Amino acid sequence: MSPRHALLLFVAVLALAPIVPGVPIFWITLLGNVGLAALVAMGLVLLTGVGGMTSFGQAAFCGFGAYTTAVLTTVWGWSPWASLPVALAVVGLAAAVLGLITVRLSGHFLPLGTIAWGLSLYYLFGKLELLGRHDGISGVPPLSLAGWSLVDPRAAHVVIWIAVILAGVLTTHLLDSRIGRGVRALRKGRIAAEAFGVDTSRTKLVVFVWAALLAGLSGWLYAHVQRTVTPAPFGLNAGIEYLFMAVVGGSGQIWGAILGAGLVTLLKEALQRVVPALFGNALQLEGVVFGVVLVVLLQVARDGLWPHLARLLKAAPRVRPATAEPLPRRALGGGDRARPLLTLDRARKQFGGLTAVNDVTFSVGRGEIVALIGPNGAGKSTTFNLVTGVAGLTAGRVSFDGVEISGSAPQTIAARGLARTFQHVKLEPEMTVLENVAMGAHLRGRAGLLAAMFRLDRRDEARLLAEAAAQLDRVGLGEHLARPAGALALGQQRVVEIARALAMDPALLLLDEPAAGLRHFEKQALAELLTKLRAEGMSVLLVEHDMGFVMGLADRIVVLDFGTKIAEGPPDQVKTDPAVLEAYLGGVA
Amino acid sequence: MDGTILLFLLQDGITNGAIYALLGLALVLVFAVTRVIFIPQGEFVAFGALTYALFEAGRLPGTVWLLLAFAGLAFLFDLVEAIRDRALAARLPRVVFFDLAVPGLLAGAAVFVAGRGFGPAAHFAATLALVGPLGPLVYRVAFRPIAGASVLTLLITAVGVHLALVGLGLVFFGAEGLRAPAMSDLTLAVGPLLVTGQSLWVYAVTIVAVAALWLFFERSLWGKALRATAVNRLGARLVGIRTGFAGSLAFGLAAIVGALSGVLVAPMTTIYYDTGFLIGLKGFVAAIIAGLASWPLTAAAAFAVGVVEAFASFFASDLKEIVVFMLILPVLMWRSLKQVHVEEED
Amino acid sequence: MSEALLDIDGVAVAYGKVRAVRGVSLRVHAGEIVTVIGANGAGKSTLLNATMGALPIAEGCVRFAGRDLARLGVEERVGLGLCLVPERRELFSTMTVEDNLVLGGFRAPRAVARDTIAEVYDRFPRLKERRDQLAGTMSGGERQMLAMGRALMSRPKLLMLDEPSLGLAPRIVADIFRIVADLRATGVAVLLVEQNARAALAAADHGHVMELGETVASGPAAALAADDRIVESYLGFH
Repeated sequence: MSPRHALLLFVAVLALAPIVPGVPIFWITLLGNVGLAALVAMGLVLLTGVGGMTSFGQAAFCGFGAYTTAVLTTVWGWSPWASLPVALAVVGLAAAVLGLITVRLSGHFLPLGTIAWGLSLYYLFGKLELLGRHDGISGVPPLSLAGWSLVDPRAAHVVIWIAVILAGVLTTHLLDSRIGRGVRALRKGRIAAEAFGVDTSRTKLVVFVWAALLAGLSGWLYAHVQRTVTPAPFGLNAGIEYLFMAVVGGSGQIWGAILGAGLVTLLKEALQRVVPALFGNALQLEGVVFGVVLVVLLQVARDGLWPHLARLLKAAPRVRPATAEPLPRRALGGGDRARPLLTLDRARKQFGGLTAVNDVTFSVGRGEIVALIGPNGAGKSTTFNLVTGVAGLTAGRVSFDGVEISGSAPQTIAARGLARTFQHVKLEPEMTVLENVAMGAHLRGRAGLLAAMFRLDRRDEARLLAEAAAQLDRVGLGEHLARPAGALALGQQRVVEIARALAMDPALLLLDEPAAGLRHFEKQALAELLTKLRAEGMSVLLVEHDMGFVMGLADRIVVLDFGTKIAEGPPDQVKTDPAVLEAYLGGVA
Repeated sequence: MDGTILLFLLQDGITNGAIYALLGLALVLVFAVTRVIFIPQGEFVAFGALTYALFEAGRLPGTVWLLLAFAGLAFLFDLVEAIRDRALAARLPRVVFFDLAVPGLLAGAAVFVAGRGFGPAAHFAATLALVGPLGPLVYRVAFRPIAGASVLTLLITAVGVHLALVGLGLVFFGAEGLRAPAMSDLTLAVGPLLVTGQSLWVYAVTIVAVAALWLFFERSLWGKALRATAVNRLGARLVGIRTGFAGSLAFGLAAIVGALSGVLVAPMTTIYYDTGFLIGLKGFVAAIIAGLASWPLTAAAAFAVGVVEAFASFFASDLKEIVVFMLILPVLMWRSLKQVHVEEED
Repeated sequence: MSEALLDIDGVAVAYGKVRAVRGVSLRVHAGEIVTVIGANGAGKSTLLNATMGALPIAEGCVRFAGRDLARLGVEERVGLGLCLVPERRELFSTMTVEDNLVLGGFRAPRAVARDTIAEVYDRFPRLKERRDQLAGTMSGGERQMLAMGRALMSRPKLLMLDEPSLGLAPRIVADIFRIVADLRATGVAVLLVEQNARAALAAADHGHVMELGETVASGPAAALAADDRIVESYLGFH
């Protein structure tokens, strides 16, 4: 059974549930509750599992949605449908404000921040006169459609699940797009994504607001199904429960959210019915059981249950993208041939009292391969960082094609046509090779968020994927494009990084220790690839440890030791230089 | 507002701040040694307070059963691990001693003390003896199996432990709130201020506890070993300090400090099974302000939190919690900006 | 020949799928200095970390003083007399020099630790002068000395040094190697990992050359020092 069929079957079962005679109303209500929770959990899966931002505060956004519509419908007499856009606008605004702060929190500060505002908002709901303080607001009207009241749980069920499925489809579309690749790179590939022009802060905010909107929608539905809004369901405990659902389902699995919401809601229901029969009091064991299950789950199955279930479904085979109109390409070999492409002029970097790079001067010409070598701690990586803009210069200047680039941000430098690879491979291991490479072409695409959600981006997307496939063919990895990047050997992953850099259509490739950890034959293949690229007019600057690798490849070698350039010249000259031998082998103590 | 109110609010804030400071110190310690952001710290406060109040009321606190339950669980964990490592014979004596004998003895002592009217000092000691061991036991069961996981996973686990402990609090202590009698009926008039004996107790115990912790960390080998683990985990392992041992010690200290704070607040306010969370969170705000790293800064921040809370409850009592928790956001923001950007661990 | 103190037999170490060390065997006898040299990324540090128990071994076996180390953690290995001074030193930077040393003797009885600290101060007078200074404020050479002093506090039978000369000025490198040579006189065996091949081979009895995770040459240190292949494997003139 393919996932699409499984989904259709699932939808059919859901749709039929209320129609089948004899299904008790109790079950319909429970399924509705599952749907309400699934909406929130789905946003949370996107936020936490995919985007890496753990939020304990989602319940507060449900509160915004629920209270907005409760006030509008009971105090102002609005129709529920009219209040929906306002409720979503309020939620979106609140999320944008909180998100501006939250997404900038780093590491574990972020979840702590969500606890702080989650709790504060809960208290706020309970203190405001307008919101009825602790008693909340009752008498919220039910939804109605063309004069037909949806007060019956069977009707509400249909509305809720239409919302859930719509949300799931839009979210899945979002992830399968140019923007979505940026979202999926947030957790493990942020630095790489930024190097290729993805604005990660903005991407995080988009995800944060979308997750909040789903929670707000759930809150709006909740208000009209329950007909009463009180602060209790929007507190921290509810926030923890939603996170629990996301973890149970499997972080990173959009449809797993429904599984998680279902299991947790049923477990809760079971505890409330079974436990009192056994022990005489209901509430007390719920927290214990939830807490214990959460702890056990993190100890034995940190990826949740969905991946285990998903194994039963055959994944749709990813096919090679159809050919598409090619993207416009930079003309290599243009510009002033005599002028070097990249120039470092007395570049200097000091960390406190330590001079890591000491007035280093060299250049890279057009269609030239220059290697920067030196023993451990020689300052190669720092020099590399000065070129890519990751570190700022203390003195001196770096210019590219006659324009000074020192002081610019890495993204700006990248956009000028300097594409890089990383010393420690930075691919998103769960994304396919093709998608990883397509990330390199991020700046060459246009389609935005809404286009992605409503599938209006297909032409743009096809061009990006075709470009990625073309670059993979160029480096000889075309047959692996459908595999997850993490499944490739290290040597191949390094080549994927080169393909990703090529997808940016650069004039200069910056390679950070491309041969590290490669086997002999892999190094040979890499050297052949770079030679081929040079023949096509590409310039290459590579930082390398391995003298043997660069000897047969580079046109020129620059040798650093203790931050200072000690030799520069063609390979044959450098390898007999006494200063170079001394630097590599050490002196006799 | 006149000067008397100002002084009164300050005094109130400092009294509460002293307790937040103790909790903040414990949180910083636990985080530095184990990387666990220990959300359930407040539960130890509630357990300490309720246990002490029950002793004072002449009853046997449910903490005894809680302790025995956790000890049994830890025993099972250790047993399974020993069998897996094929080292049952070598480890069994140790495991039986630490997981069964010690908790059993402490529980027995508590049963002996309960209801005999030994007075606050004995009840204080019995409370520490019951709640203190919960720290290492909770660490053993919930955190040690995933000691190498990311800070985030440990944090979510901590939230799970919080849920479970609050639930267990309800099981073992019931839903009713308790308030212990004051440790002293003394009231001192200092200028316009009335200083209660209880707040003097708070100051005295806080000072003694901080001094004891300082001595422990500066003078004793174990204290230095804990600091070393906090500074450099790999370095600590390379000199032979077991990470698990350091973690147990840190959690033990945290539980004792929690119980201590609980005993101190028990006569000042009515404590319910779930009150601890809010008290703990305020210690948390202080610890976070100090970046979960600096002890003196944590203490200073804790007093600031106490004072802000006192003033907030005077001017806008409805919004008191909101003010305190929202304090944390700008601090987190500032901390994040200061932090060098590193690729997030998974 | 008597039984080796450390016997590394056919060891492989993997990071995920990548094998950083493959089929490496070497022995260190009591009172011997053995060096492992090779270019960066050859797997030398990985080998030391796996021997110490900080990395899991995928294949092969490590025996120390006749005992299989397979089930022992880093801490237990320290207790047996195995000690590693890692490449990054891993000092307790916010604690004093003396506290660092005291913690080095964490597992030793108090009285033994007191005697050992006096010996360490004799060997490194510089540390005695700076006993109240914070470890993090010391120079690179002093930190290396402190790291070695801290390691000696556990009275190891075998000291493993990972790149002790890394980032140090030539004069200090000479000091460090003199101290290593002195250790032999006290009966401590040394396993020395170095990029500075010339200095390491001059100090050692026996040497191994690693390349891409495998041993490519082994022999008496003097013989290796005279071997042109060493230069080749460093500079890659194949």
